[in-house]
Amino acid sequence: MNQVSSAKAITAANAEGRAALVGYLPVGYPNVPGSMKALRTLCGEDVDGPGVDLVEIGLPYSDPLMDGPVIQRAGTRALERGVRTRDVFAAVEAVRSVGKPALVMTYWNLVDRYGVAAFARDLANAGGSGLVTPDLIPDEADDWLAAAEANGLDRVFLVSPSSTAERIASTTRACRGWVYATSVMGVTGTRSASSSAAPELVARVRALAPELPIGVGLGVSNGDQAAEVGAFADAVIVGSAFVKALLAADDAGNPTDLTALRGVVADLAAGVRRR
Amino acid sequence: MNHVQLPDASGHYDAFGGRYVPEALVAALNQLEAEFDAAMVDPQFWAELNGLRRDYSGRPTPLTEVARFSKHCGNARILLKREDLNHTGSHKINNVLGQALLTLRMGKTRVIAETGAGQHGVATATAAALLGLECRVYMGRVDTERQALNVARMQLLGAEVVAVESGSQTLKDAMNEAMRDWVATVDNTHYLIGTVAGAHPFPKMVKEFQRVISTEIREQFEQRFGGLPDAVAACVGGGSNAIGTFADFIDLPEVGLYGFEAGGDGVETGRHAAAIEGGSIGVLHGMRTYVLQDEDGQTVESHSISAGLDYPGVGPEHAWLAATGRANYEAVTDAEAMAAFQLLCRTEGIMPAIESAHALAGVIRLGQRLAVEAPDAAPTIVVCLSGRGDKDVDTAIKYFGLNGRPDIFTGGRS
Repeated sequence: MNQVSSAKAITAANAEGRAALVGYLPVGYPNVPGSMKALRTLCGEDVDGPGVDLVEIGLPYSDPLMDGPVIQRAGTRALERGVRTRDVFAAVEAVRSVGKPALVMTYWNLVDRYGVAAFARDLANAGGSGLVTPDLIPDEADDWLAAAEANGLDRVFLVSPSSTAERIASTTRACRGWVYATSVMGVTGTRSASSSAAPELVARVRALAPELPIGVGLGVSNGDQAAEVGAFADAVIVGSAFVKALLAADDAGNPTDLTALRGVVADLAAGVRRR
Repeated sequence: MNHVQLPDASGHYDAFGGRYVPEALVAALNQLEAEFDAAMVDPQFWAELNGLRRDYSGRPTPLTEVARFSKHCGNARILLKREDLNHTGSHKINNVLGQALLTLRMGKTRVIAETGAGQHGVATATAAALLGLECRVYMGRVDTERQALNVARMQLLGAEVVAVESGSQTLKDAMNEAMRDWVATVDNTHYLIGTVAGAHPFPKMVKEFQRVISTEIREQFEQRFGGLPDAVAACVGGGSNAIGTFADFIDLPEVGLYGFEAGGDGVETGRHAAAIEGGSIGVLHGMRTYVLQDEDGQTVESHSISAGLDYPGVGPEHAWLAATGRANYEAVTDAEAMAAFQLLCRTEGIMPAIESAHALAGVIRLGQRLAVEAPDAAPTIVVCLSGRGDKDVDTAIKYFGLNGRPDIFTGGRS
């Protein structure tokens, strides 16, 4: 499968005068085959309107310390239902088969255990664009910097409202593709009000790294919030709102019912297109 | 032994340690490191901490020779460092008082902590009450059930106890939840980690606050017996009482260092908590160290009769001491630990925490082995008795099949 740059999907959306929509779902939930279908739905399959511009595929981990209860619950169930690290490469291929770029987001021990070079090679072979690393800072990332370079993969590190100017500068220098700005101090999960910290952080990052696209995540759950964040960010990242739709279907006894997910995808995709 | 200064500036003990954390925590870790470094060279900080150690915690703790217990340890002469006699009943208070004072220095008003057996939670709640800090303790739901007494103790001390129902619902999940709280509250909150684990500077800082154990051992031993003990020993979960017991001896190669991990049902059964003997190198809770993990790197649930040792990782300096061979680590099973628990009760009138009973069981084995290897030697071994066993009476009742009934009835009514 051909590799594509995740930044290209963001700049293409920006060229249309809007922010890109980045959607997160974990592989293995509701189960491995079910997650492949859900990922294709995220990309717009059978959705009334377009899907997300770029997919972040979560690889569930036993100790996800950056995740709130929604993503934790889905991840725990996915692990109970037998998801394995290798399944993430099939998930990348599923996303690529419907024409969207795919990044993998995971905690570092899973990549470390697989072998950093082997993971990078297999991810590139599956057509993946790169990795988002919530618990790996560039300071500890020598192996990953080299493996990403060797395989042409994007490196998406995180910056936060508490990051100093020095750290924003060094972290964005280590990024390849784009940078993930965590809009609030906290874990993943939907929030009713978005904070003023997000536009401030985006402005600080832009001043220090004017060329690098900025995705904003943590807390966006509906089209209105997506429109609001899309007004100042290059990309809007949404996770828990999608996962919540899958959990609700699972809890109602219909884990394969993607109706609710389709609705959330349509709402958010319309949100980033709202003027 | 020519010992290099570890950790290095970025918190590494060679291949171990470091900072595998969300960027959102880096500023807080840097602030903590700066405050800690400043405090270490501030005489006023030490005056305050040493005052609390003496007048509040009851230090120095005694070094007790246990002659009747020693008879079961080959030719070895066993001394106990009595951390069980600290206020709140374990060595945990040493670290907690230091970090609570740092919390005040940083101008923060709230502490959060994780706890397994509840000892660290109780110690944190105690220091928070003493210094007027708000306190919340995260505890795996399974642990709240096996240590209900400590839940009540924390609540009586004014702390809020949160039962963590995610994952395996034990200590590792309590740490995850505390970390999630900290990411969102880092402005006014200090995460008071209870062991020498986590991201830099926690392992280094907690070691310095626990170092007092080995400093006192060395002074007390020198005064009473002259010279140095042949070996020191301690139980290892995350490893804070062990690193405190080792600290002043690491650079003295003539002193043997022994750490005893929780072997649960036996390392060969897979149901254990011995990260060094039965684990492999990985990343957990912000550090690179030995971890119990499966083929994919998912953390494997640990098993131990002792809630305080029931942790699937180990502090990075222990990983380094094991990898370099400076310290020896062995696993002790639940059964061995409980036999040692009972033996110390019956030979010395001291009821150890089940955690500490792992160290006792380890030195019984070590002493007997040394008696075979060097029959003419009579080694002196100091064991850290990290905590008292009152909290474990329920577990002991179940384990030994006691039912709370008197042994004999008299008076003729029944």
